[in-house]
Amino acid sequence: MENNKEKFDELSAYIDSLHATGHELIAVLHRAQHIFGYLPREVQEFVAEKLSIPVSKVYGVVTFYSFFTMEKKGKYVINVCLGTACFVRGADQIMKAFEERLGIHNGETTPDGKFTLSSLRCVGACGLAPVVQVNGKTYGNATIDTVDQILKEYEGD
Amino acid sequence: MGLKRINTIDELYHLSSDLKGLLDIKKGKATVSRNIEISVCGGTGCHASQSEKIKEELIKYAKLYKVDDKVKISITGCFGFCEKGPIVKISPDHTFYIKIRPCDAERIIKEHVVEGKVIEDFLYTNPLNNQKIFSQDQIPFYQKQHRVALRNCGLINPEMIQEYIANRGFLALGKVLSSYSPSKVIEEVKKSGLRGRGGGGFNTGLKWEFASKYQSEKKYVICNADEGDPGAFMDRSILEGDPFSVIEAMIIAGYAIGADEGNVYIRAEYPLAIERLSLAIAQTRELGLLGKNILGTGFNFDIFIKYGAGAFVCGEETALISSIKGNRGEPHVKPPFPAEAGLYQKPTIVNNVETLANVPVIFLDGAEEFAKIGTEKSKGTKVFALAGKINNVGLVEVPMGITLREIIYDIGGGIKDHHEFKAAQTGGPSGGCITKEHLDIPIDFDNLSSIGSMMGSGGLIIMDDRNCMVDIAKFYLEFTVEESCGKCTPCRIGNKRLLEILTKITEGKATMEDLARLEELSNIIKDTSLCGLGQSAPNPVLSTLHYFYDEYLAHIKNHYCPAHVCKALAKYQIDTSKCIGCSKCARSCPVEAIEKTDIPAKNPKLFVYRIKEEKCIKCGTCASSCPMKAITL
Repeated sequence: MENNKEKFDELSAYIDSLHATGHELIAVLHRAQHIFGYLPREVQEFVAEKLSIPVSKVYGVVTFYSFFTMEKKGKYVINVCLGTACFVRGADQIMKAFEERLGIHNGETTPDGKFTLSSLRCVGACGLAPVVQVNGKTYGNATIDTVDQILKEYEGD
Repeated sequence: MGLKRINTIDELYHLSSDLKGLLDIKKGKATVSRNIEISVCGGTGCHASQSEKIKEELIKYAKLYKVDDKVKISITGCFGFCEKGPIVKISPDHTFYIKIRPCDAERIIKEHVVEGKVIEDFLYTNPLNNQKIFSQDQIPFYQKQHRVALRNCGLINPEMIQEYIANRGFLALGKVLSSYSPSKVIEEVKKSGLRGRGGGGFNTGLKWEFASKYQSEKKYVICNADEGDPGAFMDRSILEGDPFSVIEAMIIAGYAIGADEGNVYIRAEYPLAIERLSLAIAQTRELGLLGKNILGTGFNFDIFIKYGAGAFVCGEETALISSIKGNRGEPHVKPPFPAEAGLYQKPTIVNNVETLANVPVIFLDGAEEFAKIGTEKSKGTKVFALAGKINNVGLVEVPMGITLREIIYDIGGGIKDHHEFKAAQTGGPSGGCITKEHLDIPIDFDNLSSIGSMMGSGGLIIMDDRNCMVDIAKFYLEFTVEESCGKCTPCRIGNKRLLEILTKITEGKATMEDLARLEELSNIIKDTSLCGLGQSAPNPVLSTLHYFYDEYLAHIKNHYCPAHVCKALAKYQIDTSKCIGCSKCARSCPVEAIEKTDIPAKNPKLFVYRIKEEKCIKCGTCASSCPMKAITL
């Protein structure tokens, strides 16, 4: 984290630019996650210090919302949609296939830092259910074969 | 984009009449010019299928074939027919092309635009008679729909305020600010009978009236765009396809209750909606319809975006308010209601996106006209995100009072793969299911609650005989347990216990006592939870228990899952009449659970195989390896 002075400076400048009302914590955390990619302890402590609020409050908010993450994400984030439309069309089988092939559970990252497997609830592309997103790119009507194709596509990189 | 500020109501009317012709081609009116407009669907589903790329390719080929001066190509909001996306619509003749890929762009330009031929391959085929359907309004999917909230989706370019104005945009605001007192605005909304589309179904005019009665120098209008029901995407589609109508409605609401600030609370997971909404707010502000002294009337109102961060409970209004303040989104006890002490303890109204999208229409056409659609106590239309085991997945807007049968069979095109309809789930994790016996009940707020379901925000998931209802109840409970904020005990712990019992049932380990406890606990959670999330969380359990008690019994007593979904109860069997004794299954089995019997197969030199149940791990490898499909559950 020591090498991140620039990132901390950027966050600091953002916080200073805000009109302090005491209600900006979530907005600050959004920016911090945008800058750092995740919200490790150091970043949470920094935010608490800058906003003059207890770290426990920052931690409480970070852990409350599913969008915030305290873990560093892999190079490719595989999101399997587990919304209802995808679920009734077999999204749980897709998730299971990824878990088996990558050897990790939903929410974990492979040891080489290449893939993070996670789930989300409804991306609004129910016409394509079940849906998988990799770094924002959408794969629709997914089957077990799609799982293999996706992994093949990114494994080479 | 160089918008000139409009300072008076007259200037608004002038601008409106100047821009009136802008949508003529798209509306199919233009006959004078030979110009063509191509609209490419930019809704979430089509966007995910490269609709942006299709647009770029179309522009490229329009230049190449030198027709770029007479073709206008733009992105529009969701057409709703997501199953057949990406959609490309060509005006003025309304040709409706489906399932277009970027590589089809050249043919569209060359054959349709240059040569003037309709490309049959891209047309929709009516599954009933195999005939090609040329234009949108003849497609059965659209025929029973009535678009009010989605009136501009698929018509206007959501990134151009001029196109919104061209379709009567901001005329409702002009009318309100020039000739309505705030109390008359509220009267009109009350008269229309509009009820909240976010799930609660509370009378919108009444909500506004409560907030208007409290005296305060500061009040707030909040638009709840924290769409959390997994399987509902109508709010997102409205914000992506027609953000201006929501903005206009918020200004009208602000005028009605005496607020000068609006907040849109939107999920950070909706980047496209955020982008389009931000742009729309900026354009509206540039035009002077947001900010100080709107249209010279002395009325001030501005809108700001607040980001959610993924918490289902924030759809509850007190939790949402807590989240806007930068805190954990935990609800609090009502009263006080937000109308009295909401955001920063000031009077606040919280309205859902779809509710707001209806508001301008009430003033454009009049409350009486609006109230003509729908049933006695549920006026207007409802947008449903139709999904699951249905042929035509998509976004549909139907008049209240329509039956589920019409939605599924006339609009939805029936159940996928000719399977049998089993149930439809409305209201997502808070709702319940509608079964075959209720297919002909007119859908409205009150009828749905009377059969143990609810209108909900509009997710409509269709299930067939391949779905296990216990498994579905478990799916929703998993969601609720994950999303429970943890503030009150019944919801935090009770739902966890419910999920444990459901898991036991799906694993065949439950007893009849568990089943009794499941029902009892569900009722306790309903009665004692703090907010709507907890109070409604057991609904999927109670509703499936009521309508599909037999399925629960089959799991518990016979250790059998009628839909063959629950893996733990699955028993793979080899059909001896189909088995040819090839041994592929035995060789593929990872735990050597398949053995040869002494029953000869068709070829008398070979023998059929059987599965040793005690060893089988139910992985299904044998079933997929069998060339005769002799191994089934």
